[in-house]
Amino acid sequence: MLLTISTTYHPATDLGYLLHKNPARLQSLEVAGGQAHIFYPEATAERCTAALLLDLDPIGLVRGRAGASGEGFALEQYVNDRPYVASSFLSAALSKAFGTAMNGTCKDKPDLPTQALPLAVKVAVVSAPGPDWPRRLFEPLGYEVEIETTPLDPTVPEWGDSRYYTLHLRHEGLRLQDVLTHLYVLLPVLDNDKHYYIGEHEAEKLLHRGGGWLPQHPERGFITRRYLRYLAAYVNPTLERLMEGEVLEGASPPDPLSEGRGGTGFAADETGQVSNESRLAPPLPSERGPGGEAPASTDPKTSLHDQRLQRVAHEIYQLAPKRVLDLGCGEGKLLRLLLRQPKIEYILGMDVSHQALARAAQRLHLDEMPPRQRTRIDLIQGSLLYRDDRLAGFDAAALVEVIEHLDPNRLAALEAVVFGQARPAHVFVTTPNADYNQLFEKLNAGEFRHDDHRFEWSRAEFAAWATAVAERHEYQVRLVGMGEEVEGVGAPSQMAVFGMIKSV
Amino acid sequence: MPQDTLKVPELSLIILIGSTGAGKSTFARRLFKPTEIVSSDACRGLVADDENDQSASKDAFELLHYLVAKRLKRGLLTVVDATNVQEEGRKPLVALARQYHVLPVAIVLDVPDAVAQERNAQRPDRRHLGRHVIASHRQQLRRSLRNLKQEGFRHIHHLRNVGEIDAIQSITRDRLYNNRQEETGPFDIIGDVHGCYEELRALLEKLGYQITEEPITDVRDLGVRVVAPLVSGDATLRVFSLNDTAVDDADGADAETRRVASLQSADGPRRKAVFLGDLVDRGPASPQVLRLVMSMVRDGSALCVPGNHDIKLLRHLNGKNVTINHGLAETLAQLEPEPEAFKSEVRRFLDGLVSHYVLDGGKLVVAHAGLTEEMQGRGSGAVRAFALFGESTGEIDEFGLPVRYEWAREYRGRAMVAFGHTPVPDAEWLNNTIDLDTGCVFGGRLTALRYPERELVAVPAAQVYCEPARPLNYKQLLAASSQLSASSPDGENQNEKLTASSYQLEAELDIRDVTGKQFIETRLMRGVTIREDNAVAALEVMSRFALHPKWLLYLPPTMSPTETSALPDLLEHPAEAFDYYQRLGVERVVCEEKHMGSRVVVVVGRDEAAIQRRLGLVGEGIGKVYTRTGRNFFTDAALETAFLARLRDALSTAGFWEKFDTDWVCLDAELLPWSAKAQELVKTQYAAVAAAALAALPQVEAALTEAAARQLDGAETLLARTTARHQAATHYADAYRRYCWPVHSLDDLKLAPFHLLATEGKTYFDRDHAWHMETLRTLALADPGLLRATPYRVVPLTNPAEVKAAIQWWTDLTAAGGEGMVVKPYDFIPQGKGGLLQPALKCRGREYLRIIYGPDYLLPGHLDRLRQRNVKAKRNLALREFALGVEGLERFVAGQPLRRVHQCVFGVLALESEAVDPRL
Repeated sequence: MLLTISTTYHPATDLGYLLHKNPARLQSLEVAGGQAHIFYPEATAERCTAALLLDLDPIGLVRGRAGASGEGFALEQYVNDRPYVASSFLSAALSKAFGTAMNGTCKDKPDLPTQALPLAVKVAVVSAPGPDWPRRLFEPLGYEVEIETTPLDPTVPEWGDSRYYTLHLRHEGLRLQDVLTHLYVLLPVLDNDKHYYIGEHEAEKLLHRGGGWLPQHPERGFITRRYLRYLAAYVNPTLERLMEGEVLEGASPPDPLSEGRGGTGFAADETGQVSNESRLAPPLPSERGPGGEAPASTDPKTSLHDQRLQRVAHEIYQLAPKRVLDLGCGEGKLLRLLLRQPKIEYILGMDVSHQALARAAQRLHLDEMPPRQRTRIDLIQGSLLYRDDRLAGFDAAALVEVIEHLDPNRLAALEAVVFGQARPAHVFVTTPNADYNQLFEKLNAGEFRHDDHRFEWSRAEFAAWATAVAERHEYQVRLVGMGEEVEGVGAPSQMAVFGMIKSV
Repeated sequence: MPQDTLKVPELSLIILIGSTGAGKSTFARRLFKPTEIVSSDACRGLVADDENDQSASKDAFELLHYLVAKRLKRGLLTVVDATNVQEEGRKPLVALARQYHVLPVAIVLDVPDAVAQERNAQRPDRRHLGRHVIASHRQQLRRSLRNLKQEGFRHIHHLRNVGEIDAIQSITRDRLYNNRQEETGPFDIIGDVHGCYEELRALLEKLGYQITEEPITDVRDLGVRVVAPLVSGDATLRVFSLNDTAVDDADGADAETRRVASLQSADGPRRKAVFLGDLVDRGPASPQVLRLVMSMVRDGSALCVPGNHDIKLLRHLNGKNVTINHGLAETLAQLEPEPEAFKSEVRRFLDGLVSHYVLDGGKLVVAHAGLTEEMQGRGSGAVRAFALFGESTGEIDEFGLPVRYEWAREYRGRAMVAFGHTPVPDAEWLNNTIDLDTGCVFGGRLTALRYPERELVAVPAAQVYCEPARPLNYKQLLAASSQLSASSPDGENQNEKLTASSYQLEAELDIRDVTGKQFIETRLMRGVTIREDNAVAALEVMSRFALHPKWLLYLPPTMSPTETSALPDLLEHPAEAFDYYQRLGVERVVCEEKHMGSRVVVVVGRDEAAIQRRLGLVGEGIGKVYTRTGRNFFTDAALETAFLARLRDALSTAGFWEKFDTDWVCLDAELLPWSAKAQELVKTQYAAVAAAALAALPQVEAALTEAAARQLDGAETLLARTTARHQAATHYADAYRRYCWPVHSLDDLKLAPFHLLATEGKTYFDRDHAWHMETLRTLALADPGLLRATPYRVVPLTNPAEVKAAIQWWTDLTAAGGEGMVVKPYDFIPQGKGGLLQPALKCRGREYLRIIYGPDYLLPGHLDRLRQRNVKAKRNLALREFALGVEGLERFVAGQPLRRVHQCVFGVLALESEAVDPRL
């Protein structure tokens, strides 16, 4: 990884004073992850270039890792792009190598830091989510931006370009301090991977380094989210502080976790009507994307998924059940709605993902729940493909957006487990309505709404399945659309409500 | 002279009854194992730190009952050391005995008050007990004595004084009648006969029994004598143990039995028939059937358990008032002309029948209507009733017959259960149980199961003797099995191989079989433990990503690399692999070229019907190719279908099906290219790193070149290093590219099978690796465009020249860009000095390792650190996974139920979530 900063200021070698690094020497220093070498490939009065070569130790990165992982594979592999890419390691090196310059101090020539200089920067290489992003991040700050693309593999032209670019920035006149600060904040944002744990401290750093320019930056939302790695707990307060009172666009605050303060949105659901989704361009449902991209800031007030959950919770409550099952409870959104209903005596949430259950326990504050409340709910790991005695004896069961995550040939097992063995008195099954997909602008024909969906059924297909299941297991079934009905394609989601036919 | 032994059933709940100071604890300690005694005093101690704290009694007895329940559940004789003088104290214990089908036994220790008082007085902790306590205990005890039988005690031993108590020197443990574990067979287990004598004769003859009719000269003669066939083949050569062990049969013909048995075994061991009951009713010749079976049982050539019809006949013969229906009238009419002596023989015979038998070391259970695991080898009224009648749900079906509770569907026991009672169109395996009542009397067949061969032999009914109230095939049969029976017409003459597999009927697995801490018994290692958190991870992967579990017969074990080489510039070298095996006593190894592709397991059938038959999977094609984690290799269905069809055709061309007498096969293989499955990974990680390196490093070089030109100190060194890194990145790019080529069509895929894992009824773990290599090389010739034979060489480790040549072979392979090789002991299952050895070690090439350890791994300062690696955990894992893999596949070919196979496969997947260095 190489960063060079050149200037044609006269005398150009003043760059050495500014950076507090002698142009006549090659200096090396220990930085996080390896070594940084600072040297000047050219140093004349006309033109001076300072280079920072970041030499990361690939083995140390893997072996020397301490603390929690959880940031993907990047640091767990020896085959790793970190040594070649401008990342948070570069930011760390920048602040160590050029900390004085970044703070705008220069002992020998105290006025120099306030000088706007003509500067050119080269970064070899940056990793970016797309070729337009370097421009979107740096142009608003007055830079002239140029990128060189790199093929992913020159021997396989059909693979196209890689995500790596050599970045050239030019500015007519800017303080070196500002350039360094911009690089410090924006290079990790482009790269989108942090080598260390993100804590509140990180938000403070962002406010400190970006306070002067980030609030005016058109991509401030993107920058903040990526800088803070989407940790909602830090993103939103930070954005708010950045905006200092201005109305916050988009980004919905994290779900209020407090219990019993419900009521919102329920009234709208009473009639089965759901609100204000743009009919022409409905947003993609806000399910967890594989890339971990946070929900787009264009989320409507209540997402499609939340509407679905509220509808199911409402329907369940109408039955006045004592014991309720949430099969595939995920992070526990439906569980929270159910807990608000005091007449439900016991709720069992099951999911196949242990991680999701851990998050659910956290979000529901199971650990701090008062003892009586605590007896109302349990979370278990389980799979709908295995018979499970623990699922017997419930009045209602919900399978919200679950079946489409199973291969069609496993549905028979699910059917046997839920309808054959567990046999709750009522079962609520929701699934996307494929007929509706044509209204999703971002969805190509034949594509599913979520990468992990194994199928998406039309209303007719879902009805056929539900009817057959009901018949085989002595249930009656009613099919309903969920969300606003559109003529010809129905509602975005569909639900089958099964009721056991009581034997006389 | 007081008796010096007490007799109790081997599995019983012994309740000591006596006042405080009666000497119960001393008595128990003297005659039973310490672990067999559950004492209320000890329980008080456990919950209250004081054995005499009466305020702790409630908790103490809860604990006592809990302990007793656990022991009885596990089938262990248990002695309750408590006063037990009150009925309310004994009642829960008797209930526990009933619950676990164990016989309750009372031993009453009746000592005079004075003796008890004297004893208590000697114990400081009991000194304070007043006289009234003992007196009231004794009073309660005397009141109890009358009622013990009514309370449910089957054996009551009343020891009336200190002399009688002290005289007892030992406890004799009587074996339960149903315990015949020492009888190992081989058996021919025959379903409900119902008076179909001709069919029974035909079936026995087909099974090789010789039947001779004899004149009746004595009232005890039965008029027929049957000689069982000799056990043939060495695999089943087992010795009858009737002679060795006393069989306490109530039957008086014991001596005669032994005489005949020894006579029969004079020329070698013979097979034995097992009748599953319902010999009589509905059919044309119940008395003849009885004569034949009674004769065989008397001669020791058969065992028989009673059916509900037999017992009803017995009750009638005993003068009980029974309704004459369901074919009893015919039997009575047929018995009418028989002499009284025969009828009383029948009565005696039926009366002596034991509800069920546990045979062959507990591996086989026979009972007329089947038996749940909890009831096997137990004795209680409930056990007998279940064995005779099964259990009905209380509902009545549309034919007016009770709906039976399908215990077999939930059966999880280890023993195979053979039963009858419910007529079915075909004998089919379900969870290691099989119903052999194929409705002969209703015009179906009379079926026998050959054990341990698991072969079915049947003869068709000569006619319909009785119209069934409910059609035999009243259940909607699976499409698969109906097609099957269409292809094998009734009454085929040759022995029908076990056709329908239990996989057809089983759909659901139970969460209990896979979650929590699991302990899996395997034949290669004593037991493999799966930790709970590993199971947690595997459950998610299995549920979300894996194929249908019926496809997953086997998951390959992980493979360890060699120990780190000491040679400069190398991390791995064959010398360490050879050393490892030689050190552990292996004389010969096989070196196989390692293909850099994706490890896959292939299951492919001759046609879809074969998959339906064997795996019970309908409409899922002729096979599947799946990855190490059970995922489908293919995402493109059309490519998958074409690939499997082509592979199937290759197998047909090679004559594989005939040669191995099978209609399906399971192969362990490598599928190339690597990029076919790993394309995304190649693009996002391997190619990306090369792109980043090759974009960044030249610019670093340029900058350093300028700096060097400025004579900056240290710039030269850095430049040289950067140039080396640039070269390393180029080599790295070459390395990964070698294993990638575009897959446009089937012709671009290559399959390199290296283990023939299994075919119908067989695994090939007993064949050496050279056999596998040769067998699969022959197969590859059938379609060289698709199949790749793996180059290999056999290396005798004692021959230095051969070893050297093998090392050279590896050096050449890897220099040409090959991944490396795998070194395997010649035997598939390698046993060495210290037990099971690593089934294989991989030895990867210098260039290949760049894509594992990174482009720069050979640079100074890097390699030295990478040498610090530990293969121990990986090897440990490899052994456990190997043992599980073999176990699962052996279970599958032996016809074991899905859950038993799945447990092993799930175990391998769970172990794969263990944290070991992924680079190894």
